[in-house]
Amino acid sequence: MELYGVKVPKSAALLVWIALWEFVGRFELLLLFPPFSEVVMALPEVIGTPSFLEAARITLLSYLGGLGLAVVVGIALGLLMGLVRRADQILNMWVNIFLSAPLSALVPVIMILFGMGMPTVIATVFMFAVWIIALDTRAGVVHTSQSLLEMGTSFGASRTQQLKLILLSALPEILAGIRLGVVRGVKGVVIGQLLVSIIGVGALFSLYSQNFLMAHFWALILILFAFALGLAELINRLEERVEYYAGNRA
Amino acid sequence: MTMTHPIPDPEDAAPVASAIIEVEGIHKIYNGAVTALENIHLEFNRGELTSLLGPSGCGKTTLLKILAGLLKPTSGEVRVNGKPVTGPGPERAFVFQDFALMPWATVLRNASYGLELQGVGKREREDRARHYVAEVGLAGFEDKYPHELSGGMRQRVGLARALAVNADVLMMDEPFSAVDEQTRRKFQEDLIRLREIEQKTFILVTHSIEEAVYLSDRIVLLSPRPGRVSQIVTPNIDRHGDPEAIRRNPEYLDLIDDIWAGLRDYVE
Repeated sequence: MELYGVKVPKSAALLVWIALWEFVGRFELLLLFPPFSEVVMALPEVIGTPSFLEAARITLLSYLGGLGLAVVVGIALGLLMGLVRRADQILNMWVNIFLSAPLSALVPVIMILFGMGMPTVIATVFMFAVWIIALDTRAGVVHTSQSLLEMGTSFGASRTQQLKLILLSALPEILAGIRLGVVRGVKGVVIGQLLVSIIGVGALFSLYSQNFLMAHFWALILILFAFALGLAELINRLEERVEYYAGNRA
Repeated sequence: MTMTHPIPDPEDAAPVASAIIEVEGIHKIYNGAVTALENIHLEFNRGELTSLLGPSGCGKTTLLKILAGLLKPTSGEVRVNGKPVTGPGPERAFVFQDFALMPWATVLRNASYGLELQGVGKREREDRARHYVAEVGLAGFEDKYPHELSGGMRQRVGLARALAVNADVLMMDEPFSAVDEQTRRKFQEDLIRLREIEQKTFILVTHSIEEAVYLSDRIVLLSPRPGRVSQIVTPNIDRHGDPEAIRRNPEYLDLIDDIWAGLRDYVE
C-alpha cells in the first residue's frame, strides 16, 4: 500500500481502527466498548490469573487434540474420496453438507453424546476443521497428474510408493486445507467452550460478561485472535515452501 | 532406401533373430466401441531406432503404452526378449510427452527415481544418475528443481531418468512435442550422438515426418481409425558426421516427400 508516495505496511490499517476504537471508547457511550487502551491494560491482568492459565491449558489441549484428529481423519477421508470413485459418490454430498452446515447447532447434540467436558470441545474442533481438510485433500488427489502415476507404474512403483507420489503431489492442497482447518478449529474451540461454558475460555467469557468486565472480555478476544492468526501464519510459511510446485504439476 | 508396401506377413518385416520386441495380433478396443488398434503385427529390432509415425488418432501412443505394459491390449500378445508382457518391466523405460517429473524433487532425485524404486542405495543411484544427467547435457543443474528448467531441459531429465535404469529398450512418447523448434532440433541432434554411446533399442512415437526420417532406422506408418500398420519404411541415411548435413541430404528430403504423399490421404 502506498500513501502520498510513502510505502505503508498493510498492518497500518489496523492502527486506524484501533485509533477509532479508542476514540469511540472514550465517550463511554456503551458499556460494551471500553477504550482500546483499557483493553490493553487488562491484558496482563487476564494473562496473570490462574484461571486464565488453566483455561489456556484446557483450550490448547482440546484444540490440538481436535485438530490433530481432524488432520489425520481429514487427509484419510480425502484420500479415500479422491482414489475410490464409489466412496466419493457416497461421501461427497455429506462432506459438503457438513462443511456448510451451521455446526454450532450441533454442539448441544455433541454435548449430550460426550458430556460437559473436554471431549465435547475436542469433538467440536474436529467437526469444524475436518471437512475442509477432507475436501481439499480430495481436490489435490484428484488433480494428481495421470502421467506422473504412469511414470511411477512404468518404473515399477509399489502401491505404497504410488501413494507417496499422490500425497506429495497433493501436498499444496492438503496444506491449504489444513490452514483453513486451523482457523475453523479456533472457531470450534471457542464455540464449543462457550456452549459448554463451564470449562476453558468459555468459562472465562461467561465470567467476564456476567460481571461486566468488558475490558477483560475484549482482552481475551484479542488473545484468541492473535492465537488464530499466529497459527494460520505458521501454516502459511509452510505452504510457501511447497507453493513453488503447486503451479508446476503439468 | 527401401520401401516395403502393406505387409501381409510379419515375417517379411525383419529377420526374427534380431527382434527384441515382437507384437502379435494386437487389437485394442476402448469401451467396447472404439477400435484404436487393429491386428498389429510388428517386430522391433535390437539396437535400432524405430519410429511409430501417423496422424493423431492413429493409436500410436496406445501402441507404445501397450508395449510398455501401461495398457492391456484387448487381444494379442507382446513379447520382450521372448517373454510375454504382463506389465511394465525393468528392461523397458519410458520417456513421457509431458516429462512426468516430480516437481518437489531436484533434477538428481528425479533422474535417480527409477533406481530408487529398484532399491538401489542412495550413493550408487546418485552416482549413476549424475553420470546420465551429464550425458544428456545437464551437468551443473543437478540441484535445480523442474520449475527452474526450460521445457527442453525438463525432457532431458526425463531422458536421463530412463537411461539411468539401464533398460534395453527406451520408449519415447512424442518426447519433443512439448518443446520449441530450436530446442527440438538440438535435442534430435543430441539423440543421434547419444545413440552412438548407448547401445539401446529406441522406440519413438512422433507425428513429425521430418523427425521420424531424421532419427529412425525404421519407420512404422500407422493409418488412423482403426489404427493399422500401413507401411514400413527403412531410411538408409548416413548419420555419421555433421548432424546438420542430414537435413540437406537429398535422400532425407525425398523420403519426407514420399511419406507425406502416402499420409496425405488420411488427413484430407
